[in-house]
Amino acid sequence: MSGQISYDSVQAGTQIPAVSYPVTRLSLIKYCGASGDFNVIHWNERVARAVGLPDVIAHGMFTMAQAGRLVTDWAGPAAVVTEFGVRFSSMVVVPDPDAGAFIEVSGQVEEKLEGNRVAIALTARAAGTKVLTRARAVVRLP
Amino acid sequence: MAINREYAGRVFPASQPYEVSRVKIAEFAAAIGDANPVYRDPAAARAAGHADVIAPPTFAIVISMAGSGAALADPGLGLNYAMVVHGEQRFEYTRPIMAGDVVTAQVTLTDIRDAGRNVMLTTSTEIRTAAGEHVCTAVSTIVERGA
Repeated sequence: MSGQISYDSVQAGTQIPAVSYPVTRLSLIKYCGASGDFNVIHWNERVARAVGLPDVIAHGMFTMAQAGRLVTDWAGPAAVVTEFGVRFSSMVVVPDPDAGAFIEVSGQVEEKLEGNRVAIALTARAAGTKVLTRARAVVRLP
Repeated sequence: MAINREYAGRVFPASQPYEVSRVKIAEFAAAIGDANPVYRDPAAARAAGHADVIAPPTFAIVISMAGSGAALADPGLGLNYAMVVHGEQRFEYTRPIMAGDVVTAQVTLTDIRDAGRNVMLTTSTEIRTAAGEHVCTAVSTIVERGA
């Protein structure tokens, strides 16, 4: 958790250092329960393979949530997200071993906008592959 | 089973009111691994200038899915959910979702289109309070992968 970022302290090009977020089968089970999305491909390897997937895959929204964490942890508790969008370009495969997988997220301030808002471009990778594209958040800073 | 294209443009009835609780927000934050106090501790949230505990940005999907899930499960649409992956997601927020909110989700199935062997469905879900205040619009594109 960082402190509070202010609009005046940020410039276009400001980097948000990468954070590697773990994702395990247990993460997905918990996310199923909390989100209400029990799609079987997120918890059942047999069915995932039967429908042509390499293994159990993470919910896209779990990956998006990790990108959101990077933004809100960087921006601080008084910041408010006003826009957040991603395209899911590749699946995050979550193998059975306890180590699971990792989603590495980093960001960069793209531009400063009116109304104390800043636009942030995000990058997310798992197993060396980009899992999000066109990932962008706008946050209002104090 | 093929997707019924006649569903494109359909506006579904608004969902039943959804009551956002501190407990549900904390559960969701724990599930995404986020320890941020503004999602659990009312005092921390107020100290940061929020009226109560706020929800993580992607929590809006829980409410929008309460509406779009019902719409996409409509047997007349013919969607095979095991073949569905998420293609794209966008949220536009008027303000954060907060503990104590009572909101409804109004889903429009805006588009059904082919992409090679896949079919892409886009929904736009408006999340509003019982009083009609706009909180968030969630635009989702899901992909039914071709067999």
